[in-house]
Amino acid sequence: MHPAPSVILFTVLSGLGFGVLAVLGLGALPLAGWAAAFAWGLGYALAVGGLGASTFHLGNPQRAWRAFSQWRTSWLSREAWASVAALLVLAPTAMSDVFGWGLPRILGGLGAALAALAVLCTGMIYAQLRTVPRWNHWITPALFLAFAALGGAIVTVRLPWALGLCAILAGLLVAAFQRGDGAFAARGATLGSATGLDRLGAPAVFELPHSGPNYLTREMIFVVGRRHAAKLRVLAVVLACLLPAAILAALPAPVAAVLATAVHLAGAFAARWLFFAEAEHVVGLYYGRR
Amino acid sequence: MTALPETTARKLGLVIDLDTCVGCQACVTACKGWNDQGYGVPLSDQDPYGADPSGVFLNRVHAYQMQPPEGASVVVNFPRSCLHCEVAPCVTVCPTGASFKRAEDGIVLVNEDACIGCGLCAWACPYGAREMDAAAGVMKKCTLCVDRIYNDNLAPEDRLPACVRTCPTGARHFGDLSDPGSAVSRLVAEREGYALMPEMETKPVNRYLPPRRKGAAGVAPLVPLVDVQATGLAGWLDRMLGKI
Repeated sequence: MHPAPSVILFTVLSGLGFGVLAVLGLGALPLAGWAAAFAWGLGYALAVGGLGASTFHLGNPQRAWRAFSQWRTSWLSREAWASVAALLVLAPTAMSDVFGWGLPRILGGLGAALAALAVLCTGMIYAQLRTVPRWNHWITPALFLAFAALGGAIVTVRLPWALGLCAILAGLLVAAFQRGDGAFAARGATLGSATGLDRLGAPAVFELPHSGPNYLTREMIFVVGRRHAAKLRVLAVVLACLLPAAILAALPAPVAAVLATAVHLAGAFAARWLFFAEAEHVVGLYYGRR
Repeated sequence: MTALPETTARKLGLVIDLDTCVGCQACVTACKGWNDQGYGVPLSDQDPYGADPSGVFLNRVHAYQMQPPEGASVVVNFPRSCLHCEVAPCVTVCPTGASFKRAEDGIVLVNEDACIGCGLCAWACPYGAREMDAAAGVMKKCTLCVDRIYNDNLAPEDRLPACVRTCPTGARHFGDLSDPGSAVSRLVAEREGYALMPEMETKPVNRYLPPRRKGAAGVAPLVPLVDVQATGLAGWLDRMLGKI
């Protein structure tokens, strides 16, 4: 699948933003006044900025409001609802922290749950696709949730949590890489089943329907850039999980927060780029390429 | 609404005969020609006469080669377009309700006025049936020529999808596949028509008719020409040299 920069930016930043907002909503980082305003502001900026970036890949972003209409069937629509609901429900808690109103924490907890739901919906948009066997598994939403939770814990330096989540995310990443490599074959789709021509013998592409690229080949048959996949996998696990854990354990909190967040984000971008670049769509079978 | 209808009154679709398709691309051209000025925005091209041409087509004709266990290899032309699936994943993933399946005839359509061009429906389709229009930013797909098949302004023989109407070898058939007595259903039954990628569980309506098994030629036609018996001086030389 084509790794569109706007979608990578959106999923990484909004995931991190919702992670930060969830930590703050739960009251796990007791802050007040300007410090609270900065932390909540950061969370909102990341989440809203990421959602904004998601509209860049739309053909007609002026109609984006219509995406709220199909929550009964569409995970993309559910994501829109959960995102907006989380941002709205968390607002009173944010203001309560900044201005010292002392609102009950239960509202913040509800907001944190909605933030988690928004991230889950993002993951389900990909996990629901039978056509992309590498994504079509519960490990996909688990990865998105783990990224958001770890990102939130790193930015706010919640130490015992952050270290545990580093281990969980590293494990999930390795598991996803390993399962993903056999997923396409396990789905059973071949050029034979795609054309039904295996009843005459093993089919091979004789001639392509068009000499240039088209929307399908550009969007779903992304074959460049898988060359460095093995190195990028190591980089993703080291930068997103292992190095931030070491930085958080070794350095004092303010320095560690900035440094570990920067390193974690670099790892998250590498992992998300791979998430798209390595994913193979079954339509590639018709073109003899995946 | 992007919920799929429980059942559809009819299941309109195509039956494509891979035995008679000659790969002339007439269906591709007729489809582009009609749908360029029919339902929804035109099918745009980018840089059509330049170095890197690209454009939207609702129908693409591939060609595949098979090597049977015995005999010569077989080349099959393979038109690929929307199969108007009963369990259409492109419909349920749509966040805006632009993508829908009609309860009356099962045709899967896009309401382009509601399409935001997110591309998720194209991701959900295993068959590559949907292509984004780069000029209008909306998703395009086969409409089964919904603006021809019910069009009273056309002569009755023209009330067919453009690809079916134009096919010079009669390799494309259109009809109601829910009616076991329809011509297309009988064709599917007689010729053991099949659905593509059943493992995707999309329950396509369209069917493909496999190429007929040709009788294997007893002797390759060129063998008698190769087995020439020399006569005269050449024959004598042949016999003598064979004895040495």
